[in-house]
Amino acid sequence: MHSPNTRPISVTVDLTHKTAYRPFIADADVAIQSADITPAQEAETILANLPLEPTVERIAIKHLDLFYGSFQALKDINLSIASNQITAFIGPSGCGKSTLIKSLNRMNDLIDGCRHTGAILLDGIDIDTGINVNLLRKRVGMVFQKPNPFPMNVYDNVAFGPRTHGIKGKAQLDEAVEKALVDAALFDELKDRLKENALGLSGGQQQRLCIARALAVQPEVLLMDEPTSALDPISTARIEELVVQLKEHLTIVIVTHNMQQAARISDKTAFFLLGELIEAAPTQDIFMMPQDERTADYVAGRFG
Amino acid sequence: MSQAISPTINSRLTRRTRSRSIGAWILRLLVYLGALLSVGVLLFIVVYILIMGIPHLSPALFDPVYNSTNVSLMPALANTLLITLVALVIAVPLGLGAAIYLTEYAGRKNRIVGAVRVTAETLSGIPSIVYGLFGLLFFVTYLNWRMSLISGALTLAIMILPLIMRTSEEALKAVPDLYREGSFGLGAGRLRTVLRVLLPSATPGILAGILLGIGRIVGESAALIYTAGTVAEIPSGLFDSTRTLSVHMYVLASEGLHVEQTYATAVVLLLLVLIINTLAATLVRRFAKG
Ligand SMILES: Nc1ncnc2c1ncn2[C@@H]1O[C@H](COP(=O)(O)OP(=O)(O)O)[C@@H](O)[C@H]1O
Ligand SMILES: [Mg+2]
Repeated sequence: MHSPNTRPISVTVDLTHKTAYRPFIADADVAIQSADITPAQEAETILANLPLEPTVERIAIKHLDLFYGSFQALKDINLSIASNQITAFIGPSGCGKSTLIKSLNRMNDLIDGCRHTGAILLDGIDIDTGINVNLLRKRVGMVFQKPNPFPMNVYDNVAFGPRTHGIKGKAQLDEAVEKALVDAALFDELKDRLKENALGLSGGQQQRLCIARALAVQPEVLLMDEPTSALDPISTARIEELVVQLKEHLTIVIVTHNMQQAARISDKTAFFLLGELIEAAPTQDIFMMPQDERTADYVAGRFG
Repeated sequence: MSQAISPTINSRLTRRTRSRSIGAWILRLLVYLGALLSVGVLLFIVVYILIMGIPHLSPALFDPVYNSTNVSLMPALANTLLITLVALVIAVPLGLGAAIYLTEYAGRKNRIVGAVRVTAETLSGIPSIVYGLFGLLFFVTYLNWRMSLISGALTLAIMILPLIMRTSEEALKAVPDLYREGSFGLGAGRLRTVLRVLLPSATPGILAGILLGIGRIVGESAALIYTAGTVAEIPSGLFDSTRTLSVHMYVLASEGLHVEQTYATAVVLLLLVLIINTLAATLVRRFAKG
């Protein structure tokens, strides 16, 4: 699966090195201004540097079999998800992408008759046994396919998570809300509309609000299940841009129906078919030199 | 559809359509007649009561104390509000709690859920006099609470419990799963999800159910005559007998001595029920809109 020039060499890293969630620094503009090299040069330097960059494994999926009643939706999935990278799940409808991503923060627990064997490790800890489920979901946040802001105002939506996890003081809440909205690139748009009902926002704003809501609890991993499938191209582009910015501080797993989207934003891509993980590799390898014929067919648009 | 059909089949079709359309026409006529009749009867009753009652709405009718000369409905009105309040204080937490348990805690395939649901459905079909009989046997006689505010209120609470439970359940079920996922996905527990996300969304539906329950209580007499009694005074405690507005009307009507005041009382009762039902309908409409 790995060609010689693939870089992410998985390095087992001491957990004490785990970086805590760092506050956002709005330095994108500064970075662009100071860059007086051409994009090509920039790309070259980035590529040159890549092999040196160690990746920390944040999530490990080991021999995961998952059943809805007697129907097996996932078959022996083994996958490693690296920290501060965007991992994309692609594959035709019904192949189990949503099922797998929901397993990562145990949202499948809510479904009657759903059970699994195998293990999912978050920083080496079994998420089924080693951690309280609510704490797990605080650390592994989720953005859903359909924007689902609560029927309350913008502020309360974003403050919901922090309040859930015990932040009470008004000043602290204000700060958390503002920070989350800034991180989701939504603050300027909504700072005067904090008391407005969130259901009155546009679809794209609603989805970014859901991202802000998820960011407000300062997760380490953000799961996104086709977050742009219900949105127009402009909103989609904004969210893609945002996701790429977010990976500096977060590990992102994104399910997408849209192969261009996976190619544009992800570092690693996993291709699924009928509940099986067919191939997982650096995104450019998946698209440029897939190892499996079925992957090749799919990325070439020959089925699905 | 008809392009490819041969002329013979086509004419046969038209014939059949025509005979069917006559049937449909008759059916429609019957439906209209039925609707007209029921609305007509209802309108007649309401108008009749208003005509008979409004001229006799005298200030004496609203005296704070009842006696056989003023036939005041004031104590009964106060008692109605009082007994409604007590019944709701008992029935709402129980009904709402049961609904929350059934929709949010018990698994979808849980046996208890099915059993409770069937029981609730059966209970809501039982005539109120049966509840009255139960209240008489259990609260009044067995627990020896006599005919009292508390016996009546408990009987009423049991009577509206299935209604409150069912409407609350429907209201909770109508809250989109997206909200549940959103809340759980942020690490909120079940209780927090229920209290902070689901109940606020379901409130209009739940309130509508409560208002329907109030409507039933206000209009109820059969379940109260032998449980709350007929004393036309504001009770000084939970164990005193009370007479609600409906019971008051029943007593006046059966005595036959104060026909005019009976109609006037009916007007007040009618207005009360009308206000409650309008409120309920408004809430239901708001709820349906989301
Ligand atoms: N709650 C459920 N109960 C039963 N089967 C389910 C459920 N959710 C998904 N499935 C089945 O599991 C398979 C994978 O579904 P899903 O993970 O939603 O696929 P994807 O997101 O890739 O389109 C499908 O065959 C689907 O029908
Ligand atoms: Mg899906």
